[in-house]
Amino acid sequence: MRRFLHLLAIVLCLSTPALAQIPLGPAQGDKESLQIGASTHEIAITSDFRGADLTIFGSVDNADQLLLAIGQYDIVVTLEGPKSDATVRRKERLFGIWVNRRSMTFEQVPRSYSLSSTRAVDTIATPEELNDLAIGIDHMRLVPIGYIGDGSSLGEFRQAFRQSMQSSGLYQRDPSGVRFVSPTLFRASLRLPANIPHGVHTVRAMLFKSGEFVTEKDLKLRVIKTGIEQTITDAAHEQPVYYGFFAVLLAVITGWSASVLFRKD
Amino acid sequence: MTIYLPIAELSVNIFIILGMGAAVGFLSGMFGVGGGFLITPLLIFYNIPPVVAVATGANQVVASSISGAITHFRRGSLDIKLGTMLLIGGLAGATVGIWIFSLLRSMGQLDLLISLLYVIFLGSVGGLMLWESLNAMRRAARNEAVALKKPGQHNWVHRLPMKMRFKKSKIYLSVIPIIALGFAIGILTSVMGVGGGFIMVPAMIYLLRIPTNVVVGTSLFQIIFVTAYTTVIQATTNYSVDIVLAFILMAAGVIGAQYGVRVGQRLRGEQLRALLGLLVLAVGIRLAVALVVTPSDLYSVVVGGMG
Repeated sequence: MRRFLHLLAIVLCLSTPALAQIPLGPAQGDKESLQIGASTHEIAITSDFRGADLTIFGSVDNADQLLLAIGQYDIVVTLEGPKSDATVRRKERLFGIWVNRRSMTFEQVPRSYSLSSTRAVDTIATPEELNDLAIGIDHMRLVPIGYIGDGSSLGEFRQAFRQSMQSSGLYQRDPSGVRFVSPTLFRASLRLPANIPHGVHTVRAMLFKSGEFVTEKDLKLRVIKTGIEQTITDAAHEQPVYYGFFAVLLAVITGWSASVLFRKD
Repeated sequence: MTIYLPIAELSVNIFIILGMGAAVGFLSGMFGVGGGFLITPLLIFYNIPPVVAVATGANQVVASSISGAITHFRRGSLDIKLGTMLLIGGLAGATVGIWIFSLLRSMGQLDLLISLLYVIFLGSVGGLMLWESLNAMRRAARNEAVALKKPGQHNWVHRLPMKMRFKKSKIYLSVIPIIALGFAIGILTSVMGVGGGFIMVPAMIYLLRIPTNVVVGTSLFQIIFVTAYTTVIQATTNYSVDIVLAFILMAAGVIGAQYGVRVGQRLRGEQLRALLGLLVLAVGIRLAVALVVTPSDLYSVVVGGMG
């Protein structure tokens, strides 16, 4: 309980609304459990947003003091964006020009992904375990849709997808982003890229003990975009007919008023 | 100063867009063209997704053509009946064009088609324009008379059935080539984001033998309605009209056009056409080079949004 109050105190310093979000789960015997909280559950992004850091606080309960002291506990925190299908295309030369020839579509991949951990995920657990849990950019599930032939190009397309998402900043990792601030309390910083998609994001915190997965906790985070730009995007997608007519009307008014303003007589 | 384009989903320098709009507006005023065939490739060079560039280009053409259309409407220098026939073809063509556009977009071949069409049209139109104006300049230097083919001569177009009388143009012509021309221009409007005047005007003069005094007004009549229709259809099917981008372009464009008109009146026709021909050719070559040079990244990823 003392530990819990400690956590409460830290989170309270950050912001008041967090109070409602601290999970009040009962301790489950001797097994370790994880508690996490964020200072907010909604992030409003203005049009001049250039990226930000999100801080997640958490505590490890019922931890073995000895293992904790020698650093046998590892924590991985991820922020997964809303999911949608992604198509990767490969250009090939055809009659001298570069043409998109082969493509592969992956089913329901996160549109953004940010990972933060106590150390590089590949040193925390075995590749098999990471694949199983779908943790990390190199281990997330990339399931192709439709016919993919003998599957020999699967690896190549997966690699291209990962590379492209990382170079656009939508997928990122920080292998030292989780720090223990006290023996059982930790703080994770997650990077929100400037082009973060709006929608419901999931914060996932996972606890490992000596390379073994122990438990995880989820938290929903809503990213909403605000400002005139977002109003325009919403209008374009929700009222496309009016939006189209408005675009035409704007063009007519602009063209017509210029001819009136500049009339010589 | 950067501004975020909500539909293109990227931040751009507002002065570059303003400059682009003003420059193209100036040229369009100077040469009496809509400017869509320059705006769309320029936007693509500036990394605006081609899907957005094309849809926004069509919207911009509405603004750049409206004042000319109003002038011709006031003077009555247009044939409404002929324009309506062109428009029927144009609306059908634009509808088919959007269908092709969406289909190719889902296949990932849209960017290629847009580039190819631009290379073909800009290359041939620019080349012809340059050739023709250089010849005219040479003739002028030698003081030879210009031998134009006279309108009124008959060709195969005039043997087609379903003839109709167009009183204003004083011609008796089959509706088939008119609707077909409108249809072809409609496809170009929705796939390339152009008004199509640079093809429609010569086709009306040389192929259909329509008197020159009604050609520009009538083609503007068709262009206004087809580009307006295309804007609405692009907005509803592809959600790709960027109203912020369109507004910056049109505001700068219509002002640039006013000054372009003034400069254009002082320059000589052949020189003007040679310059435009060179410019058009240069844009076409730049697009052709982009198709041939090995891209820095062979892979492209499309997740949800614009691609």
